[in-house]
Amino acid sequence: MNEISFPILIIVVPLISAFFIILVGLLRRDLCYPLMILTLSFSTLSSISVLKEVLWGGTIHYRLGGWLPPWGIEYVIDPLNGFVLLIVSAISLLIGITSKRMVEREFPEKATFFYCLFLLQVTGLLGIVVTGDLFNLYVFLEIASIAGYALIALGEDGAPFASFNYMIYGTVGACFYLLGVGYLYIATGSLNMADLAQILPSLLSSKVVLIAFAFFMVGIAIKMALFPLHVWLPDAYTYAPSAVSSLVAPLTTKVGAYVMIRVALTVFPPAFFIETLPAALMLRWIANGAILFGCILALAQKDLKRMLGYVLIAEIGYIALGVGFGNRNGLTGAILHILNDALMMACLFLFVGAITYQGWPRKMDQLRGLHRKMPLTAAAFVIAGLSVIGVPPTCGFFSKWYLVLGAIDSKEWLSMAILLASSLFNAILFFRVIEKAYFESGKEHGMVQRTMEIKESPLTILLPLLVLTAGVLSLGLFSGKIISGIIRFAIPVYFK
Amino acid sequence: MVSAVAALLILLTGERRRNLREGWTLIASLIKCLIVVSMIPAILHGKVIEWTLMELLPGVSFQFRVDAFGLFFATLASCLWIATSVYSIGYMRGTQSMSQTRFFFCFALALHGALGIAFSANLLTLFVFYEILTVSTFPLVAHKETDEAISGGRKYLAYLLTGATLVIFSMGITYTLTGTLDFKAGGFLKGFGSDSLLKLLFATFIIGFGTKAALMPLHEWLPTAMVAPTPVSALLHAVAVVKAGVFCVLRVILYVFGPELLSALDLWIILAYVASFTILLSGMLALAQDNLKRRLAFSTINNLAIIILGASLLSPSGITGSIFHIAAHGFMKITLFFVAGAIYVKTHKEKVSELDGIGISMPVTMASFAVASLGISGIPPMAGFISKWYLCLGSLEAKEILFLLVLLASALLDIAYFGPIIYHSFFKKPAVGTPSGMAEASLWMVIPIGVCATVSVFLGISPNALVRFFQMATLAAKSVLGVD
Amino acid sequence: MELIIGKYNYWIYISLMMIGFYAMIAKKNLVKKLIGMNIFQTSIILFFISTGSKIGGTIPIVEQGAQVIEAGQYINPLPHVLMLTAIVVMVSTFGVALALLWMIYRKYHTLEEDEILRLRR
Repeated sequence: MNEISFPILIIVVPLISAFFIILVGLLRRDLCYPLMILTLSFSTLSSISVLKEVLWGGTIHYRLGGWLPPWGIEYVIDPLNGFVLLIVSAISLLIGITSKRMVEREFPEKATFFYCLFLLQVTGLLGIVVTGDLFNLYVFLEIASIAGYALIALGEDGAPFASFNYMIYGTVGACFYLLGVGYLYIATGSLNMADLAQILPSLLSSKVVLIAFAFFMVGIAIKMALFPLHVWLPDAYTYAPSAVSSLVAPLTTKVGAYVMIRVALTVFPPAFFIETLPAALMLRWIANGAILFGCILALAQKDLKRMLGYVLIAEIGYIALGVGFGNRNGLTGAILHILNDALMMACLFLFVGAITYQGWPRKMDQLRGLHRKMPLTAAAFVIAGLSVIGVPPTCGFFSKWYLVLGAIDSKEWLSMAILLASSLFNAILFFRVIEKAYFESGKEHGMVQRTMEIKESPLTILLPLLVLTAGVLSLGLFSGKIISGIIRFAIPVYFK
Repeated sequence: MVSAVAALLILLTGERRRNLREGWTLIASLIKCLIVVSMIPAILHGKVIEWTLMELLPGVSFQFRVDAFGLFFATLASCLWIATSVYSIGYMRGTQSMSQTRFFFCFALALHGALGIAFSANLLTLFVFYEILTVSTFPLVAHKETDEAISGGRKYLAYLLTGATLVIFSMGITYTLTGTLDFKAGGFLKGFGSDSLLKLLFATFIIGFGTKAALMPLHEWLPTAMVAPTPVSALLHAVAVVKAGVFCVLRVILYVFGPELLSALDLWIILAYVASFTILLSGMLALAQDNLKRRLAFSTINNLAIIILGASLLSPSGITGSIFHIAAHGFMKITLFFVAGAIYVKTHKEKVSELDGIGISMPVTMASFAVASLGISGIPPMAGFISKWYLCLGSLEAKEILFLLVLLASALLDIAYFGPIIYHSFFKKPAVGTPSGMAEASLWMVIPIGVCATVSVFLGISPNALVRFFQMATLAAKSVLGVD
Repeated sequence: MELIIGKYNYWIYISLMMIGFYAMIAKKNLVKKLIGMNIFQTSIILFFISTGSKIGGTIPIVEQGAQVIEAGQYINPLPHVLMLTAIVVMVSTFGVALALLWMIYRKYHTLEEDEILRLRR
């Protein structure tokens, strides 16, 4: 297989299989799942090979239909891209493996459609990452979003309404993004990212470009669930079925963050973002708000999944803060955190999925004695929780470390204080749950007997969970290699 | 990293085969001790062993280095682990405690953390293991799972994690200032940054690590943590956790900032004052405690502050004495805690006021108690005397009579709160209704008690016995001061 | 004056967008929200297309056999193409939204937001 084709194949294969699955589902139900796994494995393997190639040989360009840019659509893979691509495909694969059991438990009759939508969602996300064309990004953004709306609506009681709300917000966000693209087109006549990067520096004083930037940022912020535009997230992720939230939660917002980094720092010259506008300053304030808000509201939650949703909002705050620092360390921290947070959130949401699968309620006071029945699953939660808090040697510590360094570099003491304080907030959050799960207070042993027997999670759920946990634990130690091997090249040269 | 493997093995072995599980603990502790001890001759000749694992961050690797100071702490920790393992087997069986697998698992993990701290070559590696230590000891503190235990554990965690956050902050600034985090004898911060920044940095470091070292006013968690089962209190809170804290503080004082810088900035005097304050206050609070373990806890705070005081005096004897006291106090305190546990197992008594006449029924135990407490007060020929002697010398060298007086006062306080215990247990008649006759605790517990007490005496007579603690301490002090 | 007359396409699209936006936020009925969303999206499409027009330009189809193609004579086809895609996206979003509304209606038997929120508690 020609290596040059991989970028397009990464997208096309899931796309086509999505449709195939519907057909296959009509004929034989059980083939859907293996087909999906096959597809996702293919994507993962291709992303690995693509990343390797990028690191060895430099940026890959793939032109659709052979049309040269700026007329044709181009797929560009550079270190930043390739990195996020690998994250997305690997986590999709792991979550995909776990989805089978949960789907069977929650909505077996819609299983075929679930797999189809799952693949479409993954296609959309991968497409966003791979493309080098702004409008193409919009298309994939909407593909991912629509698949997301549908997937979320598969969930329990309040799900369709939550999904509707999400849809309203998401559409506004995507439309703002589209407006941004439109304004840029008016000003420059091009839609290609690399092309724009060359044209824009001379146009930066134009009002049109300025408005375009504003539209971009707001639109992306909505998609990324950046405070204060995060309102759709807690509802949407809480009511979504477990298989869906474990896919969507770690990935969608991170891909949104990636888009922000792309637009703000690659398409528009970094100097624009940091020096010309006070955008970096605003971003820092917003990010601080996100972190505080997320942590504090998380404390107030009784439902474990909702709490995780607010933790997610805080984590997005970290990434935004890293970008807002505007220096190399901060940006390294932000990109590293894209990886780390994806892993942690996947682990945590998968944990919730696992316990829901076994019939445990998600209310926090009813988690007693969890570790006796599901020791490995609970252990995964502990390790992921430690990572959110930022305890070494888990990976969460290392991205926090870089963020702290970034804060010191830019002398942002308030942000750093908030960063460190949030670790403590997170500690309270997670240890509350850990206490409940591990230590049974002598008082209330008389619980209502469950109708279903509780045992450890089945293998298809457990194995990916453990893989993710192992990743959280060990990737921290490899941070040095990751940074010097990949991330260092992903940061624009502007940053010293 | 033997204990990490051991921890895993223990976990896997689990509840069912208790003997096997305890066997792993013992084997692991023995092997670890042997490995550590085998490195001693090389270090004493002035060599330093290094081992880099991987690059954690650009410029900072996950690196281990064995130097005199680190090896000292490591030897202490591993020797005491053997003793505690033996003891805890007896204690756990005696009290029919639950979740024993979790207990031994966390124990092994904690030792892993302690040794990692001992052998770290830079601040970041140290911090990684510091956190491992915190996290693994939390389930141990809250082991009994009563409400009291859980809230005790929570307080423990709150203090330690806050301290850890400050440490992250300090590390960040240090790295930004100097570009490195490696330890260097005599400090590496000299010449970087403004004076006020360095002072602030020192403060945050000390506060950060000081929580683990129970420096006042950050000590609150230690007495509360006494709700833990005694082996936990013994090893961890008399030895490993708090000693790790003190070790880190000393590392900061001697290997990050360095004596020259500290005396130039006059920071040492502030630290000395805080330490003295802690010494005196904790001594007095110890007098007021009725619960035996709490009294011991305050005594620990007392001694830790003594160690910090000795190091802050920045004089050769002071540093030597303080390092040596880490070991001396370790052995003595662990004996005392072991005794408290043995008493509890046998008689379920926790209060000092209930201890009348126990000396008659548990002679070996109480004799060891007497020996150890005399040692802490600093009476020859115990090990405690040696360290106190050097500490006094140190304060004389630094020309600070005030601190000399503080040290002597603390000795008096020690006698004041230990003396009555000894007197009551041996010379008073037991309360009506207690069974008479010899009733020692199980052999598993008594042997470690006896051994540790004997070692305390032994170290006093011959400080270089066996593992040459004293020589290592002197070597460390010399390398730090750049003096020959 | 020139500002208003000259850029009337902007004014139209802005007012349409604001109407749609208002509907999405302020109206309680879910269908009305949806219609608002539609208006919002349509306004953007209108805007895009309007930017592609040129004074005196004609439909961008090249006559058979034409030798010289002058860009100034044809209106810009690119925004049209982009907007075709956007219309497709819009329609599919609309379809999914209607499906969602149907699910909501089936469950709550109302499409008023406040009633649904009350029922959900």
